[in-house]
Amino acid sequence: MEGLLPDLEVVRKDFPILSRTTPDGRPLVYLDSANTSQKPQVVIDAMVDHLERHNANVARAMHLLGAEATEAFEGGRDKVASFIGASERDEVIFTKNASEALNLVANTLALPGPRQVGPGDVVVTTEMEHHSNIVPWQMLTQRTGADLRWFTFDDQGLLDLSQVDELITERTKVVTFTWVSNMLGTINPVAELTRRAHEVGAIVVVDASQAAPQLPIDLAAMAPEERPDVVVFTGHKVVGPTGIGVLWGRRELLEELPPFLGGGEMIETVTMERSTYAGLPHKFEAGTPPIVESVGLGAAVDYLAALDMEAVHRHEQAITAYALDGLSGVPGLKVLGPLDARLRGGAISFELDGVHPHDVAQVLDVRGVAVRAGHHCARPAHAKFGVQSSTRMSSYLYTTPAEIDALVEALHYTRSYFKVD
Amino acid sequence: MSAELDSLYQEIILDHYKNPHHKGLRDPFEAEVHHVNPTCGDEVTLRVHVADGVVADVSYDAVGCSISQASTSVMTDLVIGKPVEEAMSIHEEFLTLMQGKGNVEPDEEVLEDGIAFSGVAKFPARVKCALLGWMAWKDATGQSLDSQSISSQGGTDD
Repeated sequence: MEGLLPDLEVVRKDFPILSRTTPDGRPLVYLDSANTSQKPQVVIDAMVDHLERHNANVARAMHLLGAEATEAFEGGRDKVASFIGASERDEVIFTKNASEALNLVANTLALPGPRQVGPGDVVVTTEMEHHSNIVPWQMLTQRTGADLRWFTFDDQGLLDLSQVDELITERTKVVTFTWVSNMLGTINPVAELTRRAHEVGAIVVVDASQAAPQLPIDLAAMAPEERPDVVVFTGHKVVGPTGIGVLWGRRELLEELPPFLGGGEMIETVTMERSTYAGLPHKFEAGTPPIVESVGLGAAVDYLAALDMEAVHRHEQAITAYALDGLSGVPGLKVLGPLDARLRGGAISFELDGVHPHDVAQVLDVRGVAVRAGHHCARPAHAKFGVQSSTRMSSYLYTTPAEIDALVEALHYTRSYFKVD
Repeated sequence: MSAELDSLYQEIILDHYKNPHHKGLRDPFEAEVHHVNPTCGDEVTLRVHVADGVVADVSYDAVGCSISQASTSVMTDLVIGKPVEEAMSIHEEFLTLMQGKGNVEPDEEVLEDGIAFSGVAKFPARVKCALLGWMAWKDATGQSLDSQSISSQGGTDD
């Protein structure tokens, strides 16, 4: 099949978990990578090596291990900055996850400062967001008296861009949207939306949780007017560990925003009356940061860069096209989202007529096929299709066509088990 | 492999799923509750009518998987027409079965079709599905009793 990663079988050997089997000896078919990705040995080893040989707290321990740990932790930042083409390493802030990164922005925009959101201002999101890019903005607008508005999407799962003039106006202070939908798979027009938002002086916050794992991101290559102001993603979906998220922000904006959490590391001086704050990136990193997680994430993005993100993207598109084709042969199966692989990412949500998603996932699990069933933290997007939940398969760089065959075969079996015909 | 599935999806469960008993919202009722399973989005709206200390009717509207739908259907069969106290003890029995991780031997005298769910207890992710309707019923019945005791107290005060 064209477009697959060269040496796919060799790549798969990098991921020890892929060789395990289910309790009854079936090979594991892991199709839940939009939920979390599996980890290559090099990430596991980097983290173990750090804990075995270099562990200490960072930036405050005046000894050999402290220096090594600090270098390793900050090295992770350098690697992430290079992975996304950030012009400055200090624009990369480590958070707990993508949700915390979005909350950091939404919370600090409520505080006094040049960017403060207030009554009459508008925050624009979309109907296809993960809950983590809806709820923080609901909280922001409810606290400040601003209005929350959103783009809807059509039957194909594409944003209705005819609403642009109505939604993005002089009143709009923030435009936020997902780069790639975790439920529909839709790839949104980042450059176009960002340009329109910048024309009215709004800042643009992009949730790249599903984009960073599968699309090349090169901030430096973007035209300034088309470059978002904030891009967030999470470590565990890019073959890195849990417990670390990334917030990249344009320096001028990050300097305008007040600090989020207060504590150690984010200060310059502290008296009992008041404190002054550290510069970027530490201003937004209160407390002991995710140190070994930074080491793991650094190894993870180096691994992806070595594979070449263009090649990873081609692989995802080839597998996604093959999956869409296979799924179209299952009677009563309806894909929620674009049917053209070129318009979408590798998460494919679907309904199977007559069988509830929970029951689909249960039968697939017994066949060794791991998928997600539920609302995928995107209830509004499901409501749009008049359903509570769906089944979602999500591939990644290690997914093989044979695994898609196993999924399709298990779906046929599911229909026969529930006597749908 | 199919044996593992069959222990979960017993025929009784699939029958209730395809043909749920007592489904639909009916009058009269004293309490209506709406319960959701936030992890998966399953939902049930459920009404309870208690008359003279007896569960006179349980009616509901629900969306969800086979386990949650069948469990709600079986629950209505078991509690409608029973004194509230007896119905509550059946609820307790079912809860014990579901939380028993597959190690509890169900009492068919008490749980009737409910024993079909003993396999569910071995699938931790599905226990919440089986309990959705039961928890809604307990909540609504409690509210129904509260509303009756308030109105009867009001009557005494007059």
